[in-house]
Amino acid sequence: MSLFDHLSTEICLTFAAIAGLLLLANVILILRKRADPDRDDTELVLRVRTWWIIVGCFAFMVAVSRTTAVAFLGFVSFLAFKEFLSLIPTRRADHRVLFWAYLAIPFQYCWVAIAWFGMFVIFIPVYMFLGLPTRMVLIGETKGFLRAIGTVQWGLMTTVFSLSHAAMLMMIQPGDSARVPAVWADEASKASGGAALLVLLVLLTQFNDVAQFCWGKTIGKRKVIPKVSPGKTVGGLIGGIASTVALAACVGPWLTFLDLPRSLLAGLIIGVAGFAGDLSISALKRDLGVKDAGHTLPGHGGVLDRVDSLTYTAPLFFHFIYYCYG
Amino acid sequence: MTDLLRFVYFLFIVRPVILIVIGLNVRRANQLPEKGPAVVVANHNSHLDTMVLMTLFGMRRLKDVHPVAAADHFLRNRLMAWFSTKIIGIIPLEREVKGVRRDPLAGICQALDDDKILILFPEGSRGAPEIRDEFKTGIAHVAKRYPEVPFTPVFMHGLGRSLPKGEGILVPFFCDVFIGPPVHWTGKKDTFMQTICDAMNELEAEKEIPRWEPS
Repeated sequence: MSLFDHLSTEICLTFAAIAGLLLLANVILILRKRADPDRDDTELVLRVRTWWIIVGCFAFMVAVSRTTAVAFLGFVSFLAFKEFLSLIPTRRADHRVLFWAYLAIPFQYCWVAIAWFGMFVIFIPVYMFLGLPTRMVLIGETKGFLRAIGTVQWGLMTTVFSLSHAAMLMMIQPGDSARVPAVWADEASKASGGAALLVLLVLLTQFNDVAQFCWGKTIGKRKVIPKVSPGKTVGGLIGGIASTVALAACVGPWLTFLDLPRSLLAGLIIGVAGFAGDLSISALKRDLGVKDAGHTLPGHGGVLDRVDSLTYTAPLFFHFIYYCYG
Repeated sequence: MTDLLRFVYFLFIVRPVILIVIGLNVRRANQLPEKGPAVVVANHNSHLDTMVLMTLFGMRRLKDVHPVAAADHFLRNRLMAWFSTKIIGIIPLEREVKGVRRDPLAGICQALDDDKILILFPEGSRGAPEIRDEFKTGIAHVAKRYPEVPFTPVFMHGLGRSLPKGEGILVPFFCDVFIGPPVHWTGKKDTFMQTICDAMNELEAEKEIPRWEPS
């Protein structure tokens, strides 16, 4: 397929393996339904179907070009930020401020697309952080000021700044003077080294979600933080992290230029951070009294429900890679 | 020619804005009338209300769907009048009837006779964003003349945040659209208005709307 030509064989095989796993999930669901026709799997069937669409869109956008992949992740940020703003109460007076906050999204992803690292890493934490309250002050409404600016900035940091790190992974080119030497499978895979990192991050993060969910269902009784997320058990947490580290060890050195120790560490970072990200969005939803953040993804809830872990794993994984190979 | 322009405008401008920039969360879209004559009554927060409802009817039913809108506002100059009547396809309504000679509901009746689907905002004006005003009783007069026509109540939330009255800049927020079962003329103005009002209250109560606790 010419569409996938500029991607390494390993990336293409990874997408194929994910499709295989989803197919397996479909088959299991069909067999389960046949064994017990009364069983209600509607939610799971919907979830797997939505997974197909997510994986399909993601693979397609990564395959077309680096720019389309950046634009795709920018659109995901837009949906997640819109979901966040729709969930929280906002002040009528801040209409224009919120418009400026939205404008941060194309700018942030533009810095990614042109690989301007210096601007990328300070645009939201410095310029938006100072600019938005200034715009807010100009309107002159002080009642609820701290809450209004605090929530908007938190939303931007989570849904735009953090997520844009996933896109920025594609721009990483290991230098000769890097702390850790990059291990390349062959010359051909050098062109898509960044894309491989992105695929690894998304794969490990989503796998970690599923693994923590499955281990939580099967083992462990002691709840980690029952007030925030009653489904999370200590057994599930440890089992999930262990599974993610194991997958990272298998896939990391083969798919990307990471060596085995770095792959293990990456798995550990993603396992722990994914858990924390999941919990932090859970706490937000609990605070606002909603079960799901939105309705965009049938069977999953909103986009924010799907990328909750990614908001934590993306920046942490990125800076780990940047420290070792940047 | 204007029919083609109308089709193009809704397909390439209205639908992408409503479905991608705004984003809808629709409950029970199948309760919308399949064909006219029918009336949809909705709460009114924003000019986008009309666009959302027309998007929900889809391109197939577009030619039959017409919003009823205030003549004094939408016909205030020639360009606006052309755009409102030809592209959006509004049926103008005189909000303040000066002479008693003309029937203010004539346009609405004509459209219903032509098997059209009408969109009505009985609050009469967009008013303060996301605050529902009492429905005006004009719909009861229509219902009395057309007792067989279904009135489908629709509650929308979110558009008053996206584009409230007096704002020219659209800020994206997801929009909730809850559609209730159709209501028919009950035989009396009071009970009809009460039925519609109860239906709207029920739809509004379906979801808790985020507000900060009073401090």
